[in-house]
Amino acid sequence: MAGIPHDHYEPKPGFEKWLHKRLNIVGLLYDTVMIPTPKNLNWMWIWGIVLTFCLALQIVTGIVLAMHYTPHVDHAFASIEHIMRNVNGGHMLRYLHMNGASLFFFAVYIHIFRGLYYGSYKAPREVTWIIGMLIYLLMMATGFMGYVLPWGQMSFWGATVITGLFGAIPLIGEPIQTWLLGGPAVDNYTLNRFFSLHYLLPFVIAGLVVVHIWAFHTTGNNNPTGVDVRRASKAEAKKDTLPFWPYFVIKDLFALGVVLVVFFAIVGFMPNYLGHPDNYIEANPLVTPSHIVPEWYFLPFYAILRAFTSDVWVVMFASWITGGIINAKFFGVLAMFGAIVVMALVPWLDTSRVRSGRFRPQFKWWFFLLVIDFFVLMWAGAMPAEPPYSTISLIGSAYWFAYFLVILPILGVIEKPTAPPETIEDDFDAHYGKQPAE
Amino acid sequence: MLKTLAISAVAALSLSAGGAFAAEEGHVEDVDFSFEGPFGKFDQNQLQRGLQVYTEVCAACHGLRYVPIRTLGDEGGPHLPSDQVRAYADQNFEVFDEEIDDFRPAKPTDHFPGSSLAEAPDLSLMAKARAGFHGPQGTGINQLLKGMGGPEYIASLLTGYTGEEKEEAGTIFYENTAFPGGWIAMAPPLFEDQMVYADGHDNDMESVAEDVSAFLMWTAEPKMMARKQAGFVGVFFLTVLTVLLYLTNKKLWAPVKGKKLKL
Repeated sequence: MAGIPHDHYEPKPGFEKWLHKRLNIVGLLYDTVMIPTPKNLNWMWIWGIVLTFCLALQIVTGIVLAMHYTPHVDHAFASIEHIMRNVNGGHMLRYLHMNGASLFFFAVYIHIFRGLYYGSYKAPREVTWIIGMLIYLLMMATGFMGYVLPWGQMSFWGATVITGLFGAIPLIGEPIQTWLLGGPAVDNYTLNRFFSLHYLLPFVIAGLVVVHIWAFHTTGNNNPTGVDVRRASKAEAKKDTLPFWPYFVIKDLFALGVVLVVFFAIVGFMPNYLGHPDNYIEANPLVTPSHIVPEWYFLPFYAILRAFTSDVWVVMFASWITGGIINAKFFGVLAMFGAIVVMALVPWLDTSRVRSGRFRPQFKWWFFLLVIDFFVLMWAGAMPAEPPYSTISLIGSAYWFAYFLVILPILGVIEKPTAPPETIEDDFDAHYGKQPAE
Repeated sequence: MLKTLAISAVAALSLSAGGAFAAEEGHVEDVDFSFEGPFGKFDQNQLQRGLQVYTEVCAACHGLRYVPIRTLGDEGGPHLPSDQVRAYADQNFEVFDEEIDDFRPAKPTDHFPGSSLAEAPDLSLMAKARAGFHGPQGTGINQLLKGMGGPEYIASLLTGYTGEEKEEAGTIFYENTAFPGGWIAMAPPLFEDQMVYADGHDNDMESVAEDVSAFLMWTAEPKMMARKQAGFVGVFFLTVLTVLLYLTNKKLWAPVKGKKLKL
């Protein structure tokens, strides 16, 4: 593997050498686990392992749940109750899976914002970032389809609203919507294909996670200073790094432990807090809930979707210039997906040559505003689509786009960054004092 | 303290939010149920009284189709002795048996019947399907402090009748302070001194409403006690594991950080 010079696997004579000549699996695992890792990583770098754990947790609990679940409109809701009441440990499995999805998204948002602050997306880590964005999109698809499976009121109406978004695309929208649903409306065929895809996509995610890890193992980890590891020689690299095992494995596992204590307390003591009561009512196509809200982790983008109503001037302008092809609904859909697209393109939108936000005095404030903006949008997404919430959503959405499309490109040119330390070793020693040579 | 803060926050915010929410949402009174919080437990006697209320009053219209009758004997629930469960099933419900193509008295392995009145919703999950507390302002903070409020909603609904009636399109609606919109089609089901409890417990309307609400919380979440138990076991062992990992991590990094460790 290219990248930071380090010791490689030396097979011992005998079986190890025999195997090594035929399959370099031990060498691959050794290089992966022993990768030199910047020794100044802070606690924001622990979410990767939390996310890996979440994926494993969701797959394991999900496989067992699938053994007891029936993907049919007449039986789905009852089969969930069967799991909750009759399956041994079924209620815990289901609550772990339900809240596991929330932990997954909680962790992925911190992970993403970590990357945004410390410039982890910048060259040469663009591919890692893009793969990460693909994983995030797949997570959203998986989470959305999983929420449909219990066949509660929110499942049904959430599915109706979200697939309806595709129907807003001019000309090809309705055929796409029909194709996604498997028919004219959300029904048994929809439930069946969502179940099938909900089972499939996590394994696609697992594959992409391997590529994600492979990509940043090629470039090496970013770190809070954004300064590169010195890689002229092994001896130099060793001054900046420590092997992933055991130093970071143990550190990450400790952090995972803290996260899991909180997670288990939520699962054990308030497992329905993050859910919606309406999903304990069986789906009924004849009764629309008064207020359809998606799961909390979709709310910021749901707010962006709803922000662009037909009385907003950009929408009017877009509608006028396209001769009405882009109406408010389609504009909202474009904005929602656009919000994720601009985030995915951030490696090319950020013009600053300094990687880490730590050394960018103005950027810090804009970034801090973006985090607030994210929470405001999340809150606005949960509120009814009426004033003043629609205005708040609109301002929030505008800032989201402005951050990526205007502020980051300009800031890189006009901002005067402070000087990062020369080396990672300097940064580490600044915290812990100069180490005597061993 | 937190509660007072939360309440004043709600008050302040609901003033600024205007009437939009106030008209739609009903008023739900917070009840201190025995099963609230991590340490809360179902009160077995209360569940048994609630079962009696359900059987004598609610069951006339409302079903519990997801609840197997045998679970009345489960620990962490009403915990009736098995002979009583059998007698209860036999005496109270008839179910349609496809094998004999006829109705027969229910057995413990049967579920409670569904609603006998088409308009009456099934009550199995009602305590989880309603939120008594919202906000303030969609933030869900009240639900964090007081719980979701499903059982509180049921109790408030049962005692929330004002006595006013109106007729619309041939249906009589009853004014109810807890029901969203203020008018409900269900006639007041409870009256003072209507229940006679074998254990001689208070049978005023509030107590009876709370008893049946607690029972419906159990039907909605029959494994609550097992779940909290699992929560404690999980939190305990994970805490131990985390402490050990913390110490391991500290020792592992000490030489790198140039710290002297006293272990």
